[in-house]
Amino acid sequence: MTLLLDVQNLVVEFGPVRNPVRVVNGISFTVQAGESVGIVGESGSGKSMTALSILRLVNEPPARVSGKVLFQGRDLMQIPKRDMPAVRGKEIGMIFQEPMSSLNPVMTIGDQIDEAIFLHEDLSKAARRQRVIDLLRLVGMPDPENRLSAYPDQFSGGMRQRVMAAMAMACNPKLLIADEPTTALDVTIQAQVLAMMLDIRTRLNSAILLITHDLGVVAEICDRVVVMYAGHIMEDAGVHELFANARHPYTQGLLKSVPTLNDTRKRLHQIPGTVPPAGTIKQGCPFRPRCPMRMDRCAVEMPPLVAHGPAHRAACWATQPEGVA
Amino acid sequence: MTMTTDLPQDLAEREAIAPEPGYWDPVRHVLLDRWSTRIAFVVVILFILAAAFAPWLAPYDPLRQSIVSINKLPSWDHWLGTDQFGRDVMSRMIHGSRNSLIFGLLAPIFAAFFGTILGVTAGYFGGWADRVISRVIDLLMAFPELLLAILIAAALGGSFWNIVVVLTVAFTPGFARVARASTLAVKQEPYVEAAIAAGVRTPLIIFRHIVPNIMAPIVVLMTLWSASSIRIEATLSFLGIGTQPPNPSWGNIIRDGLTNMFATQWPIVAGGMAITIVVLAISIIGDSVRDVLDPENAQ
Repeated sequence: MTLLLDVQNLVVEFGPVRNPVRVVNGISFTVQAGESVGIVGESGSGKSMTALSILRLVNEPPARVSGKVLFQGRDLMQIPKRDMPAVRGKEIGMIFQEPMSSLNPVMTIGDQIDEAIFLHEDLSKAARRQRVIDLLRLVGMPDPENRLSAYPDQFSGGMRQRVMAAMAMACNPKLLIADEPTTALDVTIQAQVLAMMLDIRTRLNSAILLITHDLGVVAEICDRVVVMYAGHIMEDAGVHELFANARHPYTQGLLKSVPTLNDTRKRLHQIPGTVPPAGTIKQGCPFRPRCPMRMDRCAVEMPPLVAHGPAHRAACWATQPEGVA
Repeated sequence: MTMTTDLPQDLAEREAIAPEPGYWDPVRHVLLDRWSTRIAFVVVILFILAAAFAPWLAPYDPLRQSIVSINKLPSWDHWLGTDQFGRDVMSRMIHGSRNSLIFGLLAPIFAAFFGTILGVTAGYFGGWADRVISRVIDLLMAFPELLLAILIAAALGGSFWNIVVVLTVAFTPGFARVARASTLAVKQEPYVEAAIAAGVRTPLIIFRHIVPNIMAPIVVLMTLWSASSIRIEATLSFLGIGTQPPNPSWGNIIRDGLTNMFATQWPIVAGGMAITIVVLAISIIGDSVRDVLDPENAQ
C-alpha cells in the first residue's frame, strides 16, 4: 500500500495569537491508498475541523491553520489558494453531515452532480449525462434516468445522502472524506448508506476518511480508527486491535459505554464529567479530570503517542509499555 | 446489522418520486389561488393592453387642443369629458398610462439588477466591500424614497430617462439590503459549502448557488415596488418634476385638473381612480407572490 494522505502536526486555533484556543492540537495521522480510516470522538473533539482543514475549507481568518497535509506527497497547505478548487472534488471528495440541506434546492440533482464533472473533466454533454446516470446507479438510486430532473425536495434524507455521495464520487476521487454521513439518518437508512459506501470503496478503490462519533459505524466499515479527544489523538489502531485491546482509558471507557445484546449490566458504563470546552486545558493530558487511571505526571505533561504494537499507538502515561520513558 | 447493496423493491416504490412541479406551477398558484388576485391580474393586464395599444384605442390625439370644446362633461363623444384646453381626457388617460406603467416596470427591474449586484457583493465577500456598500446604502436609506426622488429630479430635470434613473437610485438601496441579508443567510447553507468542497470556484458559486436562492425575496420586492414606482412617478409628475407637459401622465393630468378643478372634476377623478386601481391591483398580486414564494408558507 502506498501513502495517500499524511497529516503532520496539524494545528487549528482561534482567538488571540498570544492566548489561542486550540481546537486541533498538533495531530498527525496517515491514510493509505484504498484504506478506510475512522476518526472517532465526541462533539467538540476537533474531528470535523480536521476534515475541513484537509480541504482547506476552514475560514482563515478567524481560524489559523498550520502543519502539513501531504496528499500524494504534495503539501496542500502550501499550494496557492486558487489551486485548491482543482483538488476539491477531483482528488478529494467530501460528503457532509446534513443530507437535508447539503443540496441546492433550486438545482436539479442531475445538474448538481454534473457540476463537479463539468468542472474537472473534459467530457461532452452526453458523456457527462451518462456518467451522472452511472453514478446514481452506483449509489443505489432506483430508476436514475428519470430522476435527473428532480429537485432535492422530492427525495427522502437517505436518497439525498446518496445524491451527495454521487456528487462526491463524481470524478473518482482517491480520497473520500465523509463527515458524519449517517448522523441525520435513522438506523435502517444508516445501514443502507454504509453498505453503499463500502460498495463504492470496493468498486472504485477510493480511500475513505470517515468522521463519526458512532463506534458501531466504525466497526462496520473502517480498517483503522483514530480516536480524538479535545483536539488530540488519543489512540490510533487497527479496528480489530482497537475493539479487542484498547490501550487508552478514554477508548476503554467509550467501548464500555456501548450496549451489547446480551448485556447483563443494570446500568451502562459512563465516563464521568464532560468534554472540556475547546482550548481550556493548556497543560497536561486533557482527559486527566475524567480519567480513572490518572497520575501526577498527567497534569504536567501531555503523553506522546507511543507504539503499543506494529500499528497501534496510544497517548497515555499509565498504560504505555515498559521501557518507554 | 445485515446490509444489502441493492435496494429492496418495496423501498424503491416507497421512495417513488413526488409528481414533478412544473415550471408554471408557482405562477399558477400566484394567479389563481385567490379571487382577489385573479381580478387584480385581469385589471393589470387590461391596463397594460391599453398602454400597449394606446394609439389605436385612444379616440383622439391626446395633445390636440380645441378652443370650442373646453371643460366638457362626459358624453358619448368624450367619455371622460375634456380639459381646460379642450383635450379629450379619455385619450390623455390612455396615452398617460404608457408613461405611468413603464416606470412601474423599468425602475424596479433596474433597481433589482443593481441592488442584487451590490447586495451579493457586500454579503458574499464581506470585509471592506461590505463596509463601503453598506454605508452607502445606509446613506441613501436615510432619505425617504420620495424625498430622494424629488431631490434628484429637481437637480437633473424631468426627462424620461432622468425619472427612470431617479426611481432606480431611490429603490436600489432596498434591494441591496435585502440581497445582502439573504446572501449572508444562504452563504451559511451547507449546500454552498458542499459546492466549494466539490471544487466550484467563487463566480460560479455566486451565480449558480447564491443568486437563484435569493431571488424569491427580490421578486416579491419587485412586485411590491412596481406599485410604489407608479405612485412616485405620479407624485413627481403632479409636482411638475416628472413627465413634462404637454405629454400626459396620470400625475400631470391630476396636476392640470387641479388648477381647473372648479370647471371640471373629471380629470382629477379619472387620474386618481386609475392610479388607485393599478396600485391596488399590483399590491394584491405582490401579496400573493410573497405568500407563494415565502418558504414559511410553503404548502
